[in-house]
Amino acid sequence: MNFALSDDEKALQETARKFAREVMRPKAAHCDEASEFPKDIIRQAAELGLMNMTVPQAHGGMELSHQAQVVIAEELAWGCAGMATSMIANDLALLPIILGATSEQKEKFLRPFTTGFKLASFALTEPGAGSDVAGMRCTARRDGDFYVVNGQKQWITNGEYADQFSLFCTLDPAQKHKGIMCLVVEGRPKGLTVGKHENKMGQRASNTVTLTFEDVRVPVANRIGKEGEGFLIAMNTLDNSRPLTAMFAIGIARAAMEHALDYSRQRQQFGKPIADFQGIQFMLADMAADVEAARLLTYKSAWLLDSGQRNTLVSSYAKRFAADMAMKATTDAVQIFGGYGYSKEYPVEKLMRDAKLIQIYEGTSQIQRLVIARELIRG
Amino acid sequence: MPLKILVTAKRVEDSESKIKVDAAGTGIVKEGLKYKINPFDEIGVEEALRLVAKHGGEVVVVSVGTKDVHEQLRHALAMGANKAVWVHHDGPIDQLGIAGCLQKVVEKEKPDLCILGKQAIDDDQGQVGQYLAEWLGWAQATFASKEESLESEAEKAKTPAIQLAADGKSITVIREVDGGLLTVSSPLPAVATTELRLNQPRYASLPGIMKAKSKPIEELTPAGLGVDVGVKLTVTKLAPPPARKAGIKVPDVATLVDKLKNEAKAL
Amino acid sequence: MGNVLIFVEANPDGSLRKATLNAITAGQQLAKATGGEVHAVALAKDAGALANAVKAHGVKVVHAGSGPHFEHYVAEDFAPAVAALATTLKAEWVGAAATSIGRDLLPRVAAKLKAAMASEIMSVTGSGADVAVTRPMWAGAAIATVKLSSPVKCFTVRATEFALAEASGGGEVQPFTPAAPEKPLTKFVGFKEVKSARPALTEARVVVSGGRGTKGDFGPIEGLADELHAAVGASRAVCDAGWQPNDLQVGQTGKVVAPQLYIAAGISGAIQHVAGMKGSKTIVAVNKDPDAPIFQVADYGLVADLFKALPELQAAIKAAK
Repeated sequence: MNFALSDDEKALQETARKFAREVMRPKAAHCDEASEFPKDIIRQAAELGLMNMTVPQAHGGMELSHQAQVVIAEELAWGCAGMATSMIANDLALLPIILGATSEQKEKFLRPFTTGFKLASFALTEPGAGSDVAGMRCTARRDGDFYVVNGQKQWITNGEYADQFSLFCTLDPAQKHKGIMCLVVEGRPKGLTVGKHENKMGQRASNTVTLTFEDVRVPVANRIGKEGEGFLIAMNTLDNSRPLTAMFAIGIARAAMEHALDYSRQRQQFGKPIADFQGIQFMLADMAADVEAARLLTYKSAWLLDSGQRNTLVSSYAKRFAADMAMKATTDAVQIFGGYGYSKEYPVEKLMRDAKLIQIYEGTSQIQRLVIARELIRG
Repeated sequence: MPLKILVTAKRVEDSESKIKVDAAGTGIVKEGLKYKINPFDEIGVEEALRLVAKHGGEVVVVSVGTKDVHEQLRHALAMGANKAVWVHHDGPIDQLGIAGCLQKVVEKEKPDLCILGKQAIDDDQGQVGQYLAEWLGWAQATFASKEESLESEAEKAKTPAIQLAADGKSITVIREVDGGLLTVSSPLPAVATTELRLNQPRYASLPGIMKAKSKPIEELTPAGLGVDVGVKLTVTKLAPPPARKAGIKVPDVATLVDKLKNEAKAL
Repeated sequence: MGNVLIFVEANPDGSLRKATLNAITAGQQLAKATGGEVHAVALAKDAGALANAVKAHGVKVVHAGSGPHFEHYVAEDFAPAVAALATTLKAEWVGAAATSIGRDLLPRVAAKLKAAMASEIMSVTGSGADVAVTRPMWAGAAIATVKLSSPVKCFTVRATEFALAEASGGGEVQPFTPAAPEKPLTKFVGFKEVKSARPALTEARVVVSGGRGTKGDFGPIEGLADELHAAVGASRAVCDAGWQPNDLQVGQTGKVVAPQLYIAAGISGAIQHVAGMKGSKTIVAVNKDPDAPIFQVADYGLVADLFKALPELQAAIKAAK
């Protein structure tokens, strides 16, 4: 067992950390307040290679290990979780292609992301199908060399700006998960309308929209995998991305802990720094231990992927533990800041709002518990 | 005219790290310290990369020290330097030793220009560039900076501040000196040292970091270069700066003036 | 017995740079410790006036070297002259004030003399074979005692750590003819002055610095600085924002200052900044935020809006005079 980062991982971390500190952080409060998508910052991140990290070398990408990806994800989320969500959205959207596409499809749909600045969206969730993925109602009907798509997708990250969508739809809702397939939708085809940007509680820098498909024609050649393989592709994608989402929670919690530490050393009450009070110390100690525990769990879930093993159970441990941990850590950070913590003049209330989303998206904390229980009981 | 530029990458404690003198008073507490490329050297790497992007050529990065300096050499390679030279030395070394090693590497590599940090943020001596220039018999342009300009942010990110003459035989450098900006012209080959605002160094991109792995690092030693690194400067004691007594808050300006006048005798 | 040679620096207008007198004091301490004499060297197109300005300030001889190539300071022209004179005088120590000229020149002189060098010395300790100097490292986070073992040793002097050498009379001026440099290297092209008549930041007795809290309006800072004949400094944020010229930045990556009185207004007190000013004798902080870290290093802290407090302070100091 070895807990040390490799030299490469340290170098990648250094770049991500510097970018988070110097580029993301200074704009985080503004983008949160204005709910503004910082396209320039996202572009810079792409140019530095902080996006599209999973694209195989054969198609011009870096093919970073999962371990390296989670190291980077922590730093990006530390900078601003909303921006990080928009950055990692590309990797999430390209994963179905990386995991399920033919070599020709990969070249066509991945290469452009390594040669220029492009955004992609992962379109799975629907107004009526959140945790219940197999209950999706967005349908596709075969018409010669095309599928004709009708339906709605909700909470689609970067949807307003995306150049390409990885769309999950069903050939027959009655077949449940057996009817689902994955299509790559390029550009803005006729019949695709993008709804207005959601006014969210947290992670407000990330663009989130509803997509409506009305008789949208997608070439059959754009189908990833076979008809009916969509559910499996989606679940494999989420197994791959879950460590990244868990790491977002750790980035947010670490930021909260650092702010709380700085503040409690400076803030004087009853004639001494509040860091001298046990009530504060206990909260800080829990934050530190919990952040470290969550990080190690997440590293393990990434290591399993890198060593070619199934990580469903451990990545659910990681995501569940990290998300709930971040919620607690950020809530405690607000508590340590007291009245100042509740004010938007200080950075911790944003972290608390940002953390909440990690308990909800890409599998709620409750779904993670179901997955864990199912894996445990099945044995 | 293509330029060959030699730059340095000293390994120093990260400026964000808190430096504490150890109990014995002979060194600093190493625990928890992070290390980085000397920020002034990093500015030198950036300037060299910009010059080479504009005029063609190559950038060679040098560091003297233990194997740990590979981290700093790799950083410069990830930024875009073409190759690295590692002068392997494990023991103590002073400015004369460093400049001596650099002189030999310069004689071997034959660059047109050396760009060094004006000082390293650990020992704060600020001497090596000048020693190197003198021993090579080259011109020196220390504290290279730039004038604020009206160019766009994107242009600023690309344009070198050090100007190469049309005939390629000299450079024009704006030096940041007490009270103003001094412009000088130095014939090549020359040694320049960098001020803080010469440029804003680029990030090492992720593809750059991955590519750096396959770039060569040549290993040399002071003995192999024929340099005597016996130290002529020894730090015999290290002490923390005199502790400040705890300050007080004053309620108003009148009290402040009274304290400054009668207690601190500072007015 | 080790003689000491101090480089006499001229201002751009040709007058004596005051920090030279601080360097002479350091030179006197070294001479006392090693049993030698203090000499000085003035180089200018016509060095007579510059040499005369310093001769009474505790030096035995001021060596005045004149020549057309000394019209503008260039290290490659000045260093050979200083080094050759040092050899002639059998100087053991060669030094200058740690100004931008001193910091540029002395390492080149040291290289010529194969000398080890200590930059920005703060004090002289010991005597005879045990003479050592102290100097800051890690931007003043540690003070090192340094021993140099080369036959000739060079140094620059942190002006604020040594008193000005007083006019005690007695010194003489001796003209000498330095060899012209073998080949001209760096050429002076032009000088753009970016500062007012205020004292140099690293030499001033009082420094008034402004930070982000000024929002770029340095009116109150300059007003107070005028009243106190102080230098004006700035935090990194202010310089990065382009509100003040870069050479006013106080901090680890800017100028390190150690005046008698440092007034920080609207400066939060980032480690970076504190590293550049914590050697100041008395520190005053004015900040709206009672929790600003600057108050932890300040001797006197005033929680107030600088736009209100600084004009009041200016008026009160005027009245107190």
